[in-house]
Amino acid sequence: MAAKPHILIITGYGLNCQEESAAAFRMAGASAVEMIHLNDLIAAPDKLAKAHLLMLIGGFSYGDHIAAGRAFAARLKHTLSAPFRSFVREGRLILGVCNGFQILMKLGLLPATGGALFSQTATITENICGHFYDGWVTLKANPESPSVYTRGIDRLYLPVRHGEGRILFKDTSVEDGIRKNHQDVLHYIGPCGEPTEEFPYNPNGSAGGLAGLCDPTGRIFGLMPHPEAHILPWTHPLALIKSRIGDLPGKGDGLAIFINAVDFIRHHL
Amino acid sequence: MTRFLEIKLQNGQHDFRGDRVLQSFIRQAPFKPATVQVRRLYAFDFAVSDKEWASLADEFVDPVTEEVVLSHEAESPSLVYRVGFLPGVTDNEGRTALEMASSILGRTPESGAVYTSLLYLFDLPRGDLPNHETAVEWGYRILANRLIEEVDVFFSGDWKKTTRYAIPVITAEDHILVEEVPVTSMDEKALTRLNHERHLALDERELAVIRDHFADSSIRSRRRAAGFSEHPLDAEIEMVAQTWSEHCKHKIFASLITYRDASGEEFEIDSLYRTMIKEPTKRAMEKTDHIISVFEDNAGVLSFNDRHHICYKVETHNSPSALDPYGGAMTGIVGVNRDILGTGKGAVPHINVWGYCFAPPDYNSPIPSGLLPPRRIREGVHKGVIDGGNQSGIPYARGWELFDERYLGKPLVYCGTVGLLPRRLNGEDGAKKRILPGDLIVMAGGRIGKDGIHGATFSSRQLDETSPVQAVQIGDPLTQKKMTDFLIEARDQGLYRSITDNGAGGLASSVGEMARETGGAWLDLARAPLKYHGLQPWEILISEAQERMTLAVPPEKLEPFMALAGKRDVLCTVLGHFTASGFFHAVHNNRPVCYLDMEFLHNGLPQLELEAVAPPSGEDSSRLREEDPGALLLGLLSTEELTSKEHLYRTYDHEVKGLSVLKPFTGVLGDVHSDASVTATDYDHFEGVVLSEGVNPWYCELNPYAGTAAIIDEAVRKAVTAGADPSHMAGLDNFCWPDPVYQAASNPDGKEKLGALVDSCRALAHFAPLYGAPCISGKDSMKNDAFLEGRKISIPYTLLFSVIARMPDYRKAAAPAPVRDGDILYGLGLTRREFGGSAAFRYLGHPGGRVPAPPREGFIDIYRAYHRALRAGLIQSAHTPSRGGAALSLALQVMAGSFGLDVHVDRLLTGEPLSPAEVLFSESGGRIFMTLSPEQAADFEEMMTGLPLARVGRVTEAHDGLCLYHGEEVWLSMTREQLKNAYQRSGHGC
Repeated sequence: MAAKPHILIITGYGLNCQEESAAAFRMAGASAVEMIHLNDLIAAPDKLAKAHLLMLIGGFSYGDHIAAGRAFAARLKHTLSAPFRSFVREGRLILGVCNGFQILMKLGLLPATGGALFSQTATITENICGHFYDGWVTLKANPESPSVYTRGIDRLYLPVRHGEGRILFKDTSVEDGIRKNHQDVLHYIGPCGEPTEEFPYNPNGSAGGLAGLCDPTGRIFGLMPHPEAHILPWTHPLALIKSRIGDLPGKGDGLAIFINAVDFIRHHL
Repeated sequence: MTRFLEIKLQNGQHDFRGDRVLQSFIRQAPFKPATVQVRRLYAFDFAVSDKEWASLADEFVDPVTEEVVLSHEAESPSLVYRVGFLPGVTDNEGRTALEMASSILGRTPESGAVYTSLLYLFDLPRGDLPNHETAVEWGYRILANRLIEEVDVFFSGDWKKTTRYAIPVITAEDHILVEEVPVTSMDEKALTRLNHERHLALDERELAVIRDHFADSSIRSRRRAAGFSEHPLDAEIEMVAQTWSEHCKHKIFASLITYRDASGEEFEIDSLYRTMIKEPTKRAMEKTDHIISVFEDNAGVLSFNDRHHICYKVETHNSPSALDPYGGAMTGIVGVNRDILGTGKGAVPHINVWGYCFAPPDYNSPIPSGLLPPRRIREGVHKGVIDGGNQSGIPYARGWELFDERYLGKPLVYCGTVGLLPRRLNGEDGAKKRILPGDLIVMAGGRIGKDGIHGATFSSRQLDETSPVQAVQIGDPLTQKKMTDFLIEARDQGLYRSITDNGAGGLASSVGEMARETGGAWLDLARAPLKYHGLQPWEILISEAQERMTLAVPPEKLEPFMALAGKRDVLCTVLGHFTASGFFHAVHNNRPVCYLDMEFLHNGLPQLELEAVAPPSGEDSSRLREEDPGALLLGLLSTEELTSKEHLYRTYDHEVKGLSVLKPFTGVLGDVHSDASVTATDYDHFEGVVLSEGVNPWYCELNPYAGTAAIIDEAVRKAVTAGADPSHMAGLDNFCWPDPVYQAASNPDGKEKLGALVDSCRALAHFAPLYGAPCISGKDSMKNDAFLEGRKISIPYTLLFSVIARMPDYRKAAAPAPVRDGDILYGLGLTRREFGGSAAFRYLGHPGGRVPAPPREGFIDIYRAYHRALRAGLIQSAHTPSRGGAALSLALQVMAGSFGLDVHVDRLLTGEPLSPAEVLFSESGGRIFMTLSPEQAADFEEMMTGLPLARVGRVTEAHDGLCLYHGEEVWLSMTREQLKNAYQRSGHGC
């Protein structure tokens, strides 16, 4: 009990959010935040065994060529599937943001509705608007979700930055499984608070406003919006207005996700 | 055997990409498809077993949305296009496909390649089928760029049987040939022919100097002793031409100019660069210590905080973007990123900026052949910089576009990057680097191909139908990102001594420049990794293949350096070493290639002598006579120049790194463009980087001196309004000019264009240091003319002045949105009748007017006082009028906030009697609007004593629009909705 949370962040091959992701975990109180180049992890896979949480960050792995996350997922699958499998089996955490989420889906670690790993049952594909979009969205967390990352969170205001964010399932059984297990963690919501498919509240047109998913255990979590880009309250688009009327919180919204993860590790791993 | 993997969407998946192609054809082409389906095609050009093939197909296809096409037998599309790259063009996706195949197969195929194409399957209504020629023509018009891609067309009969496609494999073999160029025996005519045939872009005097150099008996004997022929070799001529190009040597800025002013008096200027840019900055540096390094590195460097210096560079990439907008613009942004990586011991790109000058996208007149339509150039340029910047993980902070028909021949593509440079690295000064003789020359990054050969010399010529197509390059952000990550690791471990970028001029330029430090270099070009066979040594030397850096690695660090490169999957090659021999010495295996005297190479260029005359002034004292100011305001808000463009600009990433405070778009709905940006540098410091810019060709064409002064004032004012510390700033000058070298037949007004450049530089020399923004880096692009079908199109004088500044605490940054009901709106500064080049006059088609030039002493006192108030935390919101004047500024403040503004137009202070409409639309400098809470009004007014400050209005929640009073009467009233409808004319992207 009371583990010292050790975070491992994979870098390289066009991934690019390592600095802000590492800062987020440090602010959240992680004891060790280690960045490791993919090639170094492949060379020394036992590094994974020391970590409590593995983060797959955002960026453009392999330039988003072929399909976002596809080539990176293939590389992981053919080099690290055994250590990943034991990491998951031991109940350790995996967080994927944006490109990291795309990789998890293409790797078959999400949504893993039936528990099988490395079998792709859902995908993330091109936005309906057909292009990359950078804007801020409001998300609502599913209170019944097993996700350990969103405990106590109702709403989040975060930036999105992607060209491929629309979540699709292989068949209705996968979709049903997700509903049944409450794996649908986050939804984009419109001005009236309802899940939405309308641009720009939902930047990609994902059905039902789905923005983030977890596995049935709630320990593997992926989302398209970027919590690590809203850890400073000052990156809120209205920060310069809010601060002047005394309405700026002390933390950025996204930090809560990292704090939850670190707290969970501390108490359960 | 080549195997083809053809992938289509499963039934039931909507083909959004196909829809967009469908819409383009329906809008533009003579045949209107009913449906378009897009497929991806991968050609695997290496041996695989059937079993391996099955697993490749399995993993390349998305099992949720896609499936493999096994046969065309049952298909009957009316028309199919295949669009693929021409041989030798960088195929980034193909390279990733090869790496992914290697992951899947567990082996790297020997000499294998994957080539990618797209297939477009058209269903056309009966009777609408084009013939082959028409189909091909429209394929190139809409789907492909002839310079880099090829189109194959299939009709339904052929399609059924099609199982194989062309692949762009290069079959060239190596026949290494080093030619002698017998210049010493050439007369002028022969030299001119040589100049033209080899695209050298040299003039007669320069050619004669080169000939005389090689005829010199001491040079001849030294060459003999080194085993070189008396005649120069092709690589030597190419290298001299490249090093002496306008692009690299800035010959016009270094020239001796005889200037005749309006009164007929003549005076001489010995180098605009030295006298108008470098010396004023050096003088300014004597009075301040925030400027760390200028004019000697790849970017200017400023001090920032206890951890970092900041550096800034803005480049132009005009000619390549005219030919291939996507590839040209992408290399523009990733190229300037490399300039930052090559600054000091290596800075990390932190923020990108961009700005474009285009012909209007709705330009409808016929376009000379050889030019792309303005809409296509605009789309391609945006896409190129979006992909280049986004994929590199660098947020943009400033972006802008201007439109004028004179940019039809040459679009201007400005790309810039701010970098973070650690103050100390391994106990040494991070801004300093030094090479020692014996240090190894190491090239890192991509391989060399024929890409961009003659880029440096080509951008120094006007564009014509014979412009070499090899000048086109395509960037590869992935390779560059991998290289950047690796080099920063190597930097932190102290594994190299010096670093610079391979940009224009390739190795000749990078190694040639670095070798000046030690006085020579030796390299073997046969060691350079190539993309394909068939490159001659001179091509290897000057190729501008992208994503390469050149480093000086001390011999004792080579082993760890190469080991780290291997672990990071970055190609690095030792090409030779730096020497003190006095010569740039290159061989190819043992064959002599290049033996150039360093002194001649870098200082042998004869100074250009040019004539200039004062340009005629286009100014007059015209008034604004406008009956309907409301219509004018709404009209201006909806012009392509001033409208929101949020939908387009949000396709650029501005949030990566999580440090953006004042963003490119601001306001409660994030749809109002901001005056300046403020960005943090890390997660535990509060200092901010402030960026802004001034650019206005319409001011400069009326009066280049006054226009330049106005541009500098605007750039500084925008930065200060947002929060920049006026005592901690610097400026960057980027001149894009039409050819200013007089030629009786081809450039009869060259002297005036040079006179305009002189006038502009004189204003720069005076105002940039005066405003506390001395130039720390700059770039000029001097041949922005296109000569096509007998028609010459020259751009207007376009100076971009970019400001970078520090603010001590970003939490005090000011945004335009008023924050509280009842706050007082103040106007600072005087309005005068200044409409020359203004948005209002241009909109109304009114020539003339006076350019809004600041007085000789500038407005810096006003800005310093404003900054004191901002630091004291008094400023609640602020915005500064620029294009469109006070009217536009106030409208933007209303749209940014959630309140209304009541403004008394007659209370705005004026420098002369003006009509209310003139007060609203004049573009006078030195003005800022700001809101303050009434409780702080007294303190504020006391701080501003003696300055032209007036209470001009109030923030209100009684309405949500802009209500303008004259006396007690409402003179003009606009609702928020009216303003927004005009400003948001183009709506959202989807």
